[in-house]
Amino acid sequence: MSSVSLEAVQKTFGKTTAVNDLNLTIHEGEFFTFLGPSGCGKTTTLRMIAGFYYPTIGTVRFNDKDMTTVPPEKRNTGMVFQNYALFPHMTVFENVAFGLKVRRLPRADIRKRVISVLSKVRLGHYSDRQVSQLSGGQQQRVALARALVVEPEILLLDEPLSNLDARLRDDMRSEILRLQREFGITTIYVTHDQVEALSMSDRIAVFNFGVCQQVATPEEIYNKPANDFVAQFIGETNVMPASLIYKDEHHAVFKLEPAGQKIKVKKTNCHISQDKGHLALSIRPEGVNILKQHCEGDNIFKGKVVFIQFTGALFHTHIKIDKHLIIRATQLNTEANISFNTGDDVWVHLPQENVRVVPKIEVTANA
Amino acid sequence: MRNPEKRKTVYLLIPIAVILIGYVLYPALSTLFESFQNKGAVTIANYTDFFSAKTSSNLIALWHSVYISILSVIISAIIGMTLAFIFNKYNFPGRKLFSGIAIMPIVLPSLVGVMAFMFLYGEAGLVPNAIKDLFHLKDIPFKIGGITGILIVHAYTMYPYFYMTVSSALNNIDPSLEEAAYNLGAGRWRVFWEVTFPLLTPALIAASLLVFMVSMASFSAPFLLAGGYRVLSLQIYFSKMNGNLDMAATQSIILSVVSIAFLLFMRWFQNRKDYRMANKGIGAHQSEVNHPFMKIVMVTIGAIGMVILLLPHATILMMSLVPQGAWTWQTYPTKFNFENFVLLFQDPEILHPLKNSLVISFIAVLGDFIFGMITSYVLVKRKFIGKNLLDILVMIPWALPATVVGMNLILAFNHASVFSLGKILVGTFWILPLAYFIRFIPLVVRSTNAVLEQLDDSIEEAARSLGAKWFYTFRRIVMPLILPGVLGGTLLAFVQAVGEFPTSVLLYTLDNRPISIEIMNQLRMFNTGQAAAYGMIQVVLIAVVLFISNKYLGVKSENTL
Ligand SMILES: Nc1ncnc2c1ncn2[C@@H]1O[C@H](COP(=O)(O)OP(=O)(O)OP(=O)(O)O)[C@@H](O)[C@H]1O
Ligand SMILES: [Mg+2]
Repeated sequence: MSSVSLEAVQKTFGKTTAVNDLNLTIHEGEFFTFLGPSGCGKTTTLRMIAGFYYPTIGTVRFNDKDMTTVPPEKRNTGMVFQNYALFPHMTVFENVAFGLKVRRLPRADIRKRVISVLSKVRLGHYSDRQVSQLSGGQQQRVALARALVVEPEILLLDEPLSNLDARLRDDMRSEILRLQREFGITTIYVTHDQVEALSMSDRIAVFNFGVCQQVATPEEIYNKPANDFVAQFIGETNVMPASLIYKDEHHAVFKLEPAGQKIKVKKTNCHISQDKGHLALSIRPEGVNILKQHCEGDNIFKGKVVFIQFTGALFHTHIKIDKHLIIRATQLNTEANISFNTGDDVWVHLPQENVRVVPKIEVTANA
Repeated sequence: MRNPEKRKTVYLLIPIAVILIGYVLYPALSTLFESFQNKGAVTIANYTDFFSAKTSSNLIALWHSVYISILSVIISAIIGMTLAFIFNKYNFPGRKLFSGIAIMPIVLPSLVGVMAFMFLYGEAGLVPNAIKDLFHLKDIPFKIGGITGILIVHAYTMYPYFYMTVSSALNNIDPSLEEAAYNLGAGRWRVFWEVTFPLLTPALIAASLLVFMVSMASFSAPFLLAGGYRVLSLQIYFSKMNGNLDMAATQSIILSVVSIAFLLFMRWFQNRKDYRMANKGIGAHQSEVNHPFMKIVMVTIGAIGMVILLLPHATILMMSLVPQGAWTWQTYPTKFNFENFVLLFQDPEILHPLKNSLVISFIAVLGDFIFGMITSYVLVKRKFIGKNLLDILVMIPWALPATVVGMNLILAFNHASVFSLGKILVGTFWILPLAYFIRFIPLVVRSTNAVLEQLDDSIEEAARSLGAKWFYTFRRIVMPLILPGVLGGTLLAFVQAVGEFPTSVLLYTLDNRPISIEIMNQLRMFNTGQAAAYGMIQVVLIAVVLFISNKYLGVKSENTL
């Protein structure tokens, strides 16, 4: 078991900077996820950890050992590829045994360990099959078994579920988690599926355009996004550009741009906003209240319902405040909430404890 | 170097570069250099000589070569395309059999094919004489020779290039494209010219290119049939035999320039348009031929074609069974036995050339196998600067006519050099294995490229991350996966090497003379039976290899060209 740390890592391909100034530490036994939109450098980072790419600048360490230019075969990582990369000319058994053979283990040992790992991934009966005769999910488990059997320091998974259908994906998610917990192995998981990332990870690193935006637990990522990109990429949110006009020891008051509505925010939600850059307020749709009558209080605005979508358990409502601002709200399907229609006048309440102040980053392509 | 993978690439590249530079580039440059030499001075005298009206024979030969090549393309295209259409678009009894027979010319090595045509249609040929006797004519009604002879042999041996590429293109055309055109109201003729034909363009260009280059390089047919008719490949041979190496070099350069210019022109033409189909072929439908009269016509044409196509094979087989001296002055042979084959095992003099051919070809293709596999791996799987250059170097022996490859080697190794380890190679055993090795590098590299491109990079990476070193990965993962493709290419190279004539005739010595040279010797001594027996052995060898590569190595017959 190892920890992994990346120090000031940069990787460029010609003129493209795939990963820029990345500093990360992944702890022993952790399930760590790289999350981000397509092309943001997740695979590149993973491949630098596996040793298929060498960083242009920076250092890769396992525990405290410098691994930056160690070739892949000497890193003792187990990698599961997106297309599984099973050896087509070998049986399931031979595929799984490959890494052990390379390590020159005695035959009997190899046999024992392969059989044991195959039964752990529930493929005990398939060991003599040719890999081409397996279903997608089975192939995926062979790939996992092949990576796990060598007892790697670090398990690397690059979108291992993206080729599977939705049902199988759910099954495999819990399967991977179960095996990870059982082996207690440091695991780095790449995905662009936020549900997958939130539900499986101990910690998540969110990438955009080669830059790591935030590293935190799933709850923190969701509830305390570091900036507007993270807030928008993970889940739905209302992001409103704003500027500070007043603050005291408990509250801060912001003015929305450009229309100028004033919004009061709890001081504890403002700690990121100290710097001079542009700011935005973020509130999740499920944090927004819709009122049918006008009430006195902070952060209440009149609007018109312009869109309602029913998805079973939830209602999604869009409320137009003025020509610059549409607030999205999500409510549970309870009787109290069902009673308005498109075109109704309503009041939205943005509870100050649900509003979060985030820095607004310039989202520019560096490609 | 920070990156150990780069270091590995460099280690792999060094031997590849040394071999290509030493045995491909350096010989080609030697020829270029020699062509500017005249009586020890650097001049363009050889070129002015070539193009001067005084010695017009060179210009005429150049013109003849181009003329024959263009006609060969046209004739082969007409025959090959027609057959491809009939066999792939219509269904009638015997279609499968006929379409299988249509590619039979490829099992005849060119020298053996020419020999068969001489036995059949030449001065003393069986067919003209049979017609003479049948109709009690005074003279034979026709015989092949000169330009018509060359063209007939070219048409016979080269139409399969068109037949195979067009057939496979036809099968890859999504039938719904034609159906869509019919559905939009187009008639048959319109559909053919506006839909089917344009989609065949890449296949037709590829085949034209091949036929043109093979015709330009063609040596056996002019050698045996030309009579006084001059073609450039033959002129090179004559110049060399007359000891006029400067002129031979000049002629080689000009022949190469024409071939390569045509290649570049075709490449350019091909890249102008993108004909790739949106989705892969579903296998074309064939229209049933239902009209009984048409059915009979089709089957009859097929049967006659089959006889014409197989007559050369049958002739070689028959002639090989005629013992020496049994067919001297009668019109037709009367006595048949296995004497010629038995002699192979009894007379070491007769076995010797066969053994030579097998040994030399084996050495050469063993080299091609190893060199081709590594070169192809580097070309497909490694990144480095100068890849295009390496690609071009690898393809040079394919683009150059065989006669030129032979000349290059003569001019490079008739004196000691670093690449021959300070020895003179010309006149030794080793020059032939070297020549065959160079000739067949492109074939093996290309067939390996095809399989390597299919191999996902992540397979190799998976093995590396499981702890396997590069060489172990190559041996246990990459090699087993690409072996069928490499072996297929190597086997083809082997059978072609066994029949290789143009380089052999320039480079052989008495001791290492291969089958093709011995066939010529036997023919010269009117010992036709023995010559045919050597030919028969080659035919069987090729047939077996093609069968094996088709059946076990998954090599498609159209890839064999
Ligand atoms: N071998 C390479 N050569 C050149 N550019 C590359 C290479 N690999 C990646 N890139 C570039 O680096 C950037 C990051 O690529 P990367 O594969 O890491 O993205 P990713 O986050 O894994 O995306 P996806 O979710 O689509 O897999 C992209 O702009 C890509 O085009
Ligand atoms: Mg990726």
